[in-house]
Amino acid sequence: MNVTQFGLGPSLLVVLPELGLGALSFIVLLLDLRWTEAQRKNIAVVSAVGLGLLAIITLILTPDVIKQAALQADPNLSPEALAKMSFWGGMIRYDALTHIFKVMVLAAGAITSLISADVKGIGRKGEFYIILIVSSLGMVLMSGSSDLIMAFLALETTSIPLYILAGFKRGDAKSMESGMKYFLFGSFASAIMLYGLSLLYGFSGQTNLYQLAQYLTTDAFVNNPVPVLASLVLIIVGFGFKISAVPFHFWTPDVYEGAPTPVTAFLSVASKAASFALLVRFLIAVFPSTVVIGGAQIQNFWVQLMVASAVISMTLGNVVALSQKNIKRMLAYSSIAQAGYTLVGVAAIQSATVAGQADAVASVGFYMFMYVFTNLLAFAVVILFSNATGSETIADLAGLSRRSPFLALMMTLALLSLAGVPPAAGFVGKFFLFRAAVQSNLTWLALFGVLNSIVALYYYLVVIKVMYVDRSEDEDKPIAVGRTYTWAMSITALAVVLIGTVAVQVVFTWAVESARSLFPS
Amino acid sequence: MGGFQFPILSVIIFTPIVAALIMLAIDASRRDLIRGIAITAAGIVLVLSAAVYFGYNSQVTALTADMNKLAAAGGQFKATAMFVRGLAFEENIPWISTLGINYHLGVDGLNTPMVLLTGMVTVAGVLISWRIEDRTREFFAFFMLLVAGVYGVFLAVDTFVLFFFYELAIFPMYLLIATWGWVKLREYAAMKLTLYILIGSVIALVGVIAMVFTASNFFAGDGAAAFQAAKDAGVIAKDAPTFSFSMTHLMAAGEAGAFNIPGYAGVDVLTFAKLWFPFIFIGFAVLAGVFPFHNWSPDGHVAAPTAVSMIHAGVLMKLGAYAALRMGVQLMPEGAQVHLPWIVFLTLVNVVYGAFIAFRQRDFKYVIGFSSVSHMGLVTMGWATMNVVGMTGAGLQMFSHGAMTALFFGCVGMVYDRAHTRDIPSLGGFAKKMPWVAFAFIVGGLTSMGMPLFSGFLAEFAIFQGMWKASPDITLQIGNFVLTNYYSIIVIISALGIVITAAYVLRVTGQVFFGDFDAKKYPEVGDIAITDRIILILLGAPLLIIGLYPTIIYPMITAGVQPVLAMLGGGH
Repeated sequence: MNVTQFGLGPSLLVVLPELGLGALSFIVLLLDLRWTEAQRKNIAVVSAVGLGLLAIITLILTPDVIKQAALQADPNLSPEALAKMSFWGGMIRYDALTHIFKVMVLAAGAITSLISADVKGIGRKGEFYIILIVSSLGMVLMSGSSDLIMAFLALETTSIPLYILAGFKRGDAKSMESGMKYFLFGSFASAIMLYGLSLLYGFSGQTNLYQLAQYLTTDAFVNNPVPVLASLVLIIVGFGFKISAVPFHFWTPDVYEGAPTPVTAFLSVASKAASFALLVRFLIAVFPSTVVIGGAQIQNFWVQLMVASAVISMTLGNVVALSQKNIKRMLAYSSIAQAGYTLVGVAAIQSATVAGQADAVASVGFYMFMYVFTNLLAFAVVILFSNATGSETIADLAGLSRRSPFLALMMTLALLSLAGVPPAAGFVGKFFLFRAAVQSNLTWLALFGVLNSIVALYYYLVVIKVMYVDRSEDEDKPIAVGRTYTWAMSITALAVVLIGTVAVQVVFTWAVESARSLFPS
Repeated sequence: MGGFQFPILSVIIFTPIVAALIMLAIDASRRDLIRGIAITAAGIVLVLSAAVYFGYNSQVTALTADMNKLAAAGGQFKATAMFVRGLAFEENIPWISTLGINYHLGVDGLNTPMVLLTGMVTVAGVLISWRIEDRTREFFAFFMLLVAGVYGVFLAVDTFVLFFFYELAIFPMYLLIATWGWVKLREYAAMKLTLYILIGSVIALVGVIAMVFTASNFFAGDGAAAFQAAKDAGVIAKDAPTFSFSMTHLMAAGEAGAFNIPGYAGVDVLTFAKLWFPFIFIGFAVLAGVFPFHNWSPDGHVAAPTAVSMIHAGVLMKLGAYAALRMGVQLMPEGAQVHLPWIVFLTLVNVVYGAFIAFRQRDFKYVIGFSSVSHMGLVTMGWATMNVVGMTGAGLQMFSHGAMTALFFGCVGMVYDRAHTRDIPSLGGFAKKMPWVAFAFIVGGLTSMGMPLFSGFLAEFAIFQGMWKASPDITLQIGNFVLTNYYSIIVIISALGIVITAAYVLRVTGQVFFGDFDAKKYPEVGDIAITDRIILILLGAPLLIIGLYPTIIYPMITAGVQPVLAMLGGGH
C-alpha cells in the first residue's frame, strides 16, 4: 500500500495553500469581530489580498519545488515515489494539474472578494468572506484529490458553503429560493455520486483513484461490465451537476439568477473549474483506455457520454440563451453552453496517442483558465450595473457606453471572449478545444461546436448592441466605479487580453504540462 | 543581412492598435485631439505601406528572374520555393511554438498591392469621418482596430495568424455599422453581415485545422522522406516540427501530395483536397460576396457609415477573395481543379445578376453595393481561370475595384451629407455644385465599365482573356455528363454584365450629376472641403495611373500568382 513516503516538511508544503486558507478564515473572523462598521469595508480587501497572496504562493510552489524540498528532506526517495507525488497516504496528489487548478481557484476567490466589496448586504459582512474562503478550500482540495474519500469530502466542503452563499441574502426571496434549490438539487446529486463512489469501492475494495484501474481489470469483471458502467454513470451524474452540463443543468438558471451576483460569479467559474479538474483526473486515472471489461473499452463508453452531453449542452445552452431577458440568466445559459464546449475537450481524450490525449486535457485546462477571468469580468460589470441601477435586465443596459464607456468596453471584452473572438482569450481557448477534437477524429463535433459558437455570438452581440446602440433616458447619469472594482476589472481584462495574445504560449505550455502529469510517462 | 531590421510590417499592424489604445485613454470630449491621432496613425500607416509597395516593386524584376529559374529547374518543391523566394519584409517570431504557430508576416506580389490599398482607404476613411460627433473617440478607436485586423490578414504567412486577424477584423466592423450606421437598417445589416462572414470563416477554420493534421500525419508517416527533402530544399526550416500552421509548410505538404491521398474519411475516391476545398474556398469567398452568399453585402454596405462602406467594399471583400486564393487554391490545387470549374458558375451569377440588380436600384448606395457584388464576381472568376493572365487580372481587379468602390462610396457619402437623400430620381444637377465629386464619380464609373486608359479595363480584359484561354483545358464532369469548352460561353454572358454596368453607371451619372439642379430642395449643397478633395485624389489617381502605366503593378501581381500556378502544375 501507499503509505506516506514523504517527510512532514514537504507534506506540509503541499497543503500550504490549504493551511493558509484556514488561517485566512480566522483572520477575517477576528477582524470582523474587532472592526467597527466603518472599518469593515476593508474586509473584502483583506480577503482578496489574502487569497491573492495564496495564489502567488501556490504559483511559486510548482511540483518541481515540492520535489526539490522532498529530496532535501529525504535524499533516498525512490524515483517512482517522486513521479507519483502522492501525499498524505495517497489522499492528495501534487502534480502540475493540481497546481494550475489551485492557482485558478485561488485567483477566482481573490477577484470574487474584490467584486463583492460594494454589494449591499454582503460587502461588509465578514461571514460572507469566511464562507467564501472555506469553499475555496474545498475547491483547492478537489483539484488535488486522488482518493474517493478525499474527492467526496472536498466536493462537500465546496458545496455546502456554496449553498449558504447562494441563499446569503436572507431578506430576499429570490436568494432564499436560489439557496434552497441549489441545496436540494446539490445534495441529491451528491447522494447519487456518493452511491456511485461506494459501488466502485464495493467492487474493488480500493479508494485510491490510481489503484482502482488495476482492480477493475481483474477477473471479477471479465465478462460483466454492467456494474462498473453503472457506477461510472452515477458518478458522471454528480459531475454533470457540478459543471452544469445538460441534462443536469436545471438548477443553473434559477440559482444563477437568484444568488447574490458575486456568488453567481464564483459559482460559475471556480466551482466549474475545480469540478473539471477532478473529472478529468478521475476519468483518466480510473477508466483509462487500458481498462477493457468483457471486450468493451470503458473509455469508449464515457467518451460517448461526453460527446452526447457536449452536443446537447452546447445546443440547449445557446438556443435558450437567445431568448433571455435577464443578463444573469443569459450568462447562466451561456455557462451551460461553455460547459458543453469544454466537454468537447474532455471527449477528445479518446485520441489514440498519449500526446493527443494530453493535448485534449490541456485544452480543457486552458479553456477553464481563461474562462475564470472572462466570466468574472462579465459578472463584475453586472454587479456594478445592478448596484447603480438595481436592474439586471438586458434592455436596461441601453446607453451604457454613454454612462460609463469603461464598463461598456469591459463587458464587450468579456462577451467577445465568451464568444471566441480575438484578441480576447476565448478565441485561442476554443481553437485549442476544437483542434483537440479534430485531432481525435471528432471533426464533426468540432464543426458542430463552431457553428454553435455562431449562435452564441448572436446573443452576445445583442448585449453589445444594446450597450452601444440603444438609447436610454438615463444615459446622462454616469455610473461610478469603485476602486476595488477598477482593480478587479483591470486585472481580469488584462488577463483576458494577455492570455489571448502574448501569453498564449506560457499558459498553454503550463496546461500541457499539467495534462501530461495525468498520464504515466 | 542580419542585425536589426526595422519590423515595418508589425509597425503597420500595431500603429492603429496603439492609436486606438491611446484614444481610449483620452477624455472623450477632446475630439480634435482624437481626430489628430487618427489621421496621424493613418498617415504613418499609408507612408509605411507605400514604402513596402515601392520597396517590393523595386525587387520585382530580380525576383521574377529568380522565380523563372526555380520554375525551370523544377524539383519536388518548386512552387513552395518560388513562394518562399517571393516573400519580402519577413518577420518570423515563435508564438505558440508547441503547436507550430509562428507570428510570421511577409509580403509577396499578391498582397503588396492590397497593403497599399488598405493604407489609402484608411486615410480616406479617417478624412471622410472627420465630422462624426457622436462618440468620436469610440468611432475612431474601433475604426483603427478594424484597420489593424485587415492588415493582419493581408500580411499573415501563418494560417493561424490569418484567422486570428480575420476574426479580429469582423467585430469592430459590427459595432461600427450597428452604432454609427444608417438608422433604418443598421442593426439588421450589421448582424446579418457578421453572422454570414463568421459562419464561413469558422467552417474554414475547422478545415484548416484538419489540413494541418493531415499534413502533419503525412510528414510524420508516409511522407517522412518528402519532409526531409523539403528541409533539404530549404523550403522548411531544418528544425521545423511536422506539425505547423505555416503556409509554406502546408504548401510543401500539398506539393508532396499530402492532400491528395485517396481514401480520405473512408471513401475510396475522396481526397482531403476534394472534400475540403469547397468549404475552405467558399468559406472565405463569402466575404468576397460569392453567390448565393452575397446577400449580406449590399445591406451591409448601405447600412454602414461612409468610412466603413469604403473600407468594407474597398478592402474587406478583397480579404475574402485573397484568403480564398491563399488558403484554398494555393494549398489545395487538386481541389481547385475539381471544384473551380463549377464554382465559376456562381461567379457568373455574381457578375450578371449583380449588375442587373444594381441597374434596378433607386437608392444611390444600393447601386454601388450591388455593383460590388458584380465586380467581386469577376475576381473569383479570375481565380477560376487558373492561368497566369486570368489570375493576374483578378489580382489587379482586387486593387482596381478596391480603390474604385471606395471612391464611389466616398462620392455617395459626400452627396448624401449635403442632400440628405440617396434617392436617385430626386437628385439631379449636382455636377454644377460639386464638380469635383462629379468628376471623381465619372472616373470611377469609367473604371467600373472597363474603359481603356483606366485600371478596370486592364483587369477585366485580362480576366476575360484568361477565361478564353483556359476554355479548351477545362472540363466539368458530373456523373456521365461532361461539359467542355464552356468557359468561352461564360465569358460571352459575363460581357453582358459589363454592358449592364455601363448602363447603370451612365444612368446614375446622368440622373445625379446632370440635369437641372433644384436649389430650393437642396440648400446645403455646395462644393466640397479640401479634405474631401484629398480623398478623391488619393483614390481616383491610382485608377488612372495604373491605366496609363500598368508596369507599376502588373509584373508584381504576375510574380505573385506564379507560385500558385506552379502549384496548379502550370506556370508562365
